[in-house]
Amino acid sequence: MSVLTTILQALLNGVMTGTLIAIPAIGFTAIFAVLRYPSFTVAAYTTIGAFAAWYANVRFGIGVVPGLLVAAVAAGAIGVLAEEKILGPLRPAGALTTAIGSIALNLVLENVIRFGSGNDLKGFDLPLYPDMRFAGLRVGTQQIENLILSVGVMALVFVFLRYTRFGRAMRAVADNADLARLKGIDPRRIAMVAVALGAALAGIGGVLLGLDTSIDPLTGYRILLSVFAAAVLGGLGSVPGAIVGALSIGIVEELALLVVPATYRSAIGFVAILLMLTFRPRGLLGERAA
Amino acid sequence: MMSYVAFIATIGGIYALLALSLNLVWGSTGLVNLGLAGFFAVGAYASAITTGAGAPIPVGLLAAVAGSIAAGLLVTFATLRLRDDYLAIVTLGFAEVVRLVAVNERWLTNGADGISGIRAPFKQTFGPQGFDLFYFGLVSIFVVLVWFVLRRIDLSPYGRTLKAIREDQELAAFAGKSVLRFKFEAFALSAAIAGLAGALYGHQQSYISPDHFQPLITIYIFLAVTAGGVGRPVGAVAGAYVVVVFLETTRFVAAVVPGLEPVQIASVREMLVGAALILVLRLKPQGILPERILKAPRPT
Repeated sequence: MSVLTTILQALLNGVMTGTLIAIPAIGFTAIFAVLRYPSFTVAAYTTIGAFAAWYANVRFGIGVVPGLLVAAVAAGAIGVLAEEKILGPLRPAGALTTAIGSIALNLVLENVIRFGSGNDLKGFDLPLYPDMRFAGLRVGTQQIENLILSVGVMALVFVFLRYTRFGRAMRAVADNADLARLKGIDPRRIAMVAVALGAALAGIGGVLLGLDTSIDPLTGYRILLSVFAAAVLGGLGSVPGAIVGALSIGIVEELALLVVPATYRSAIGFVAILLMLTFRPRGLLGERAA
Repeated sequence: MMSYVAFIATIGGIYALLALSLNLVWGSTGLVNLGLAGFFAVGAYASAITTGAGAPIPVGLLAAVAGSIAAGLLVTFATLRLRDDYLAIVTLGFAEVVRLVAVNERWLTNGADGISGIRAPFKQTFGPQGFDLFYFGLVSIFVVLVWFVLRRIDLSPYGRTLKAIREDQELAAFAGKSVLRFKFEAFALSAAIAGLAGALYGHQQSYISPDHFQPLITIYIFLAVTAGGVGRPVGAVAGAYVVVVFLETTRFVAAVVPGLEPVQIASVREMLVGAALILVLRLKPQGILPERILKAPRPT
């Protein structure tokens, strides 16, 4: 394989990885934009979505698209419940306290799943298709399907934020919470909408990741650093930024893996975060960071 | 039995050092460090590697302190100017990267197999049982020393400045304090203490591997500091011993419940830790021994 083909293949893989990370990254950044704390529970929401869809698939033979719906509802419902009962009451104590609470909650949820399922890897019960090849490049049929699905989900999110009342209210709160309240937007309700959206997206992302490989209780935690990297690269709190950030981190990871061992994958996200924060802390598309 | 108690009490002391470290950045200065386990690991590996190469143990401890300060500068140089949530993200990533390096760089850390045969001071002289007692004493001396220094800092103008930064950094800057310098120094000192704890841990266990430095340790220490009393060194120390007792109790309790798989027992223990942290944050965020806020002296 020529050098050019290798690089093209890495770029292609990077776009595929990037679109997978983009969905939970949008979820993380949406929660951050409205509630103003980094929610580490996004990892658990991702895993919950993956397990909900996997259960529906293996038990009831449900296909991919209804599976995504199951994941979104399950993760979204847990997210709303968690915010209402556990994380919301911590918010008056400050963003960092809430963030620490979200780590503790993540630990609890992750272990609830581990209690039920053990640590074994689980795969979806779906027909296998051979990889497609063109011009010396190789791409999995499942990857193409995932790409289409995640672009579809992104389009839905865009329509929601752009054209619906709740979507517009969410953007208003993210932009200026005080002004939004003055305009009669109930911050509590919008917080719930943001968490429901964010957790549901994380859950959908979990399914897409699971379709790509397999799932286990650490599915969400393992991609957490890449999700953070995507959100920071794009600018914390910016939805388009999360997409751009996820694509960049996907491509950077795959290109870097040409020269460093594959086990260092999540370290690349860390280095990307450090470099970004050193030279352009507000990210590619974000607002202020200080 | 005696040996078990001494062993657990030593772990309690090591957690107390970690809790003092976290209390300095989180309790006093208001900075978050979610990568405490990473600094703990850097210290343990630094001392294990240098003493493994033939250096005496005090040199190993110094290497641990130096190594973790260097690591602290790495994670803070880009982030301290920014909003606090960035530091949370970066420190979490740091701990993960330390683990990756420990797993992958076999030439340095022996990879996932870990480093065994780390030198234990005076183990021949005292015998295994005597060593446990001796080491408990040694760690306790370090706890008292570090506690004493941090308490002095806590009561000094320097400590008050840290707390002023925690409460309102604009105001502290306005009062002429170099906020950034104080944050750097507090974080570096905190990293040094965590590294020291790591080194002591390595020489006690005489075996370390990447699995010893799970992110879970950071959560234990957050539980210790929030339960014990944020912003007060003695609270952090008390909290650490309470957490170790709590962890050991959950070990026994989980073993009593019949019909659980080992993986389920482990998950129940972790659930309890997470739930305890949420409960403390919710019900008593100021801890058992809350910070004492001295009245401002009357102008005379």
